Amino acid sequence: MLDHIDLTKLIFGRLTWEAIPYHEPILIGTFIMVALGGIALLAAITKFRLWGPLWRDWITSIDHKKIGIMYMILGLVMLLRGFSDALMMRAQQAISFGDNAGFLPPHHYDQIFTAHGVIMIFFVAMPFVTGLMNYVVPLQIGARDVAFPFLNNFSFWMTTFGAGLVMASLFVGEFARTGWLAYPPLSGILYSPDVGVDYYIWALQVAGVGTLLSGVNLIVTIVKMRAPGMEMMKMPVFTWTALCTNVLIVATFPVLTAALAMLSVDRLFGTNFFTNDLGGNAMMYVNLIWIWGHPEVYILVLPVFGVYSEIVSTFCGKRLFGYTSMVYATIVITILSYLVWLHHFFTMGSGASVNSFFGITTMIISIPTGAKIFNWLFTMYRGRIRFELPMMWTVAFMLTFVIGGMTGVMLAVPPADFVLHNSLFLIAHFHNVIIGGVVFGVFAAINYWFPKAFGYKLDPFWGKCSFWFWVVGFWTAFAPLYVLGFLGVTRRMSHFEDPSLQIWFQIAALGAVLIALGIGSMLIQFVVSFLRREQLRDVSGDPWGGRTLEWSTSSPPPDYNFAFTPRVYEGDTWADMKKQGYKRPLQGFNDIHMPKNTAAGFIIAALAAALGFGVIWHMWLLVIVSFVAMMAAIIIHTFNYKRDYYIPAEQVVRTEDARTRMLESHV
Amino acid sequence: MSEITATSTGAVSADSSSRFYVHEHHPENGTLLGFWIYLMSDCLIFACLFATYAVLGRNYAGGPGGAELFELPLVALNTAFLLLSSITYGFAMLESQRDRVKQTLIWLGITGLFGAAFLTLELYEFTHLIMEGAGPQRSGFLTSFFALVGTHGLHVTFGIVWLITLMFQLGRHGLIRENRRRLMCLSMFWHFLDVVWIGVFTFVYLMGVLP
Repeated sequence: MLDHIDLTKLIFGRLTWEAIPYHEPILIGTFIMVALGGIALLAAITKFRLWGPLWRDWITSIDHKKIGIMYMILGLVMLLRGFSDALMMRAQQAISFGDNAGFLPPHHYDQIFTAHGVIMIFFVAMPFVTGLMNYVVPLQIGARDVAFPFLNNFSFWMTTFGAGLVMASLFVGEFARTGWLAYPPLSGILYSPDVGVDYYIWALQVAGVGTLLSGVNLIVTIVKMRAPGMEMMKMPVFTWTALCTNVLIVATFPVLTAALAMLSVDRLFGTNFFTNDLGGNAMMYVNLIWIWGHPEVYILVLPVFGVYSEIVSTFCGKRLFGYTSMVYATIVITILSYLVWLHHFFTMGSGASVNSFFGITTMIISIPTGAKIFNWLFTMYRGRIRFELPMMWTVAFMLTFVIGGMTGVMLAVPPADFVLHNSLFLIAHFHNVIIGGVVFGVFAAINYWFPKAFGYKLDPFWGKCSFWFWVVGFWTAFAPLYVLGFLGVTRRMSHFEDPSLQIWFQIAALGAVLIALGIGSMLIQFVVSFLRREQLRDVSGDPWGGRTLEWSTSSPPPDYNFAFTPRVYEGDTWADMKKQGYKRPLQGFNDIHMPKNTAAGFIIAALAAALGFGVIWHMWLLVIVSFVAMMAAIIIHTFNYKRDYYIPAEQVVRTEDARTRMLESHV
Repeated sequence: MSEITATSTGAVSADSSSRFYVHEHHPENGTLLGFWIYLMSDCLIFACLFATYAVLGRNYAGGPGGAELFELPLVALNTAFLLLSSITYGFAMLESQRDRVKQTLIWLGITGLFGAAFLTLELYEFTHLIMEGAGPQRSGFLTSFFALVGTHGLHVTFGIVWLITLMFQLGRHGLIRENRRRLMCLSMFWHFLDVVWIGVFTFVYLMGVLP
């Protein structure tokens, strides 16, 4: 009898039927929707016999372009999840006043705001940004792929399986109720004994490994694989910002890994890193997590600064104003972002000198950022501006982000921060910079590079619908939060007593509905564009009159990106080539050396996720088995020495001839 | 790395053939740079653990402190094992540069044995401490001590697993380019762990026994 119980514990750990939330109607409804959608998707894949191509061409693909697209899809899917959390929060806060308790019990509401933050940062913004860098950087520097193509595939699957763990927490067990950074002692085992925080920790650990490795990968790609002649100061600005971002990733994600590992060890083994008694120090966690967390927001925003730079110069038809200052501003932000973490907790009580130091470094960041804004404005000045979708998003960004930046400077003043700390003013501020900066930038980038990736432009009508709903919706949703912050309303509340506040929450809820329409319009935009793809076709490979190398190849680019490695003489290389009367080479093609697809990345990442799931539920048998299997898979992979192949010259000739015919037929 | 047209550098020519390379250019040493960057990220994990030790290292919570627990002669022996293993790895690299597979393997084997000896002593120290009631749960000091030293030990363990794997691969394929590259990466990893240990030895043990 005893043996039997032990075996059950060994296999299932603390997972019981109780963990399935069948008593929560919202979750059951969600589960049914997800299950139906999932079954429909699987059935469609089976019906159209897509399993083979899906496995061969996508899941095991080490092509940076396909991995980039998969990152973007992951970001979009998780955006829907993260946004439905946002809608539920807005609805709850709009109705939960006085006697009305709203429709979300606090226990559930706390999970939702935690999941919203975690998903939006780690599994929406990060995949979007990483996906863009993955897709665009090798093309911009004239390379055939990234430096470590296998590692790239592995990174993607680690991120995806991390997202999978967060999604699993929806239906098996629950998610953390601690807020998105899980401060101890609340996230310690005493106050959060359930699996929520463990899901949080292991989802981020699995995804974090992926992010770190993709950071290493892209740094080496940019440093070592630029086309001959492309000196550092001739790199496109997006590549520069990608480089700085990846430096930040490598410099900060280990800190996150270490902090979460310590928290996990505290929870699993009863150690005393962050406990209240026996010599632990919870503020150590808060310091560590923000040493990662502040650079993280620059990891998100720097690449989109690069996006805006590319777009502004393309759609104004001239070189970027102040290229050099733009590069140095990026570098300065990279360095300063590491020196400001304490401004997230001025109230820790570290004293006037420390707070002043961090307040001042924070304010200094607004100088290089301001320099960037002026560079974009001066690029527009006397340019021939074409207000196409990417440019519209850019203008909306400049207006929105500047205001978000200014409220940031307000928060950087320690005495002001003591009042505004933890209030909805803070919430409004960081949504102002993250939506107004990162999200708008990602949408600008999607509209800008979509024709490169798929060979046709996105439909402008639905794009404009999406644009206006988003921009108006954003301000309707977050301007009231600034007001509420000034009124002293704190964050993360599921219920209010003062009825005079309700109108502001109702306006904010209206804003969230407008944003929902914006997201809906974007999804319609994708469908409509796909249906109208023949009218929207980009034959030239250069639909916007681009200035950088990615526009010199076809849309979509061939597997090998460039039949010949380009030679670079000037910044804005493609603009320079066009000016010099560049002619596409039509003959003399050679075999092209390329990396080979492999399933190893997917398998190892899946085993890592199984390992994480085992630790979350204390299923020690699963932990041991998946760990051993993972090590074995890694070792077996190292015995594979045949990782490359040659695309034969005949195939290159066929591909290039097809493009020649296409170009000739559309002169 | 020949190119079909060698225009004078910097001169922009309208001749389109000066616009591209016909022959592939392959990046050199990309893996080594990547591995260096990875090592620096790993170094940051150790930096966090050192910082945590710096903050928690004197929080004894009424339990024993470093002066009572650490046996310096034992740790000195352990340090000697690890430093010697770095030297023997260096010998393995020298032999590999002389294209002698067998000697390389022998030196690698000796390196692995030193590593294993290091781990054995460390495990002995850990069990001894836990038996004495000075386990990682006892106090903030001991938590951060076990975390820092244990993480280093875990790295050495993975290093040994890698070493054994690489010895198999050397035996099978000899000193081909891929294997030389891997030998170089493991070399960096191994010496890196040595450097970290010097920090641990100084910062944790030597300074820990100070009154």
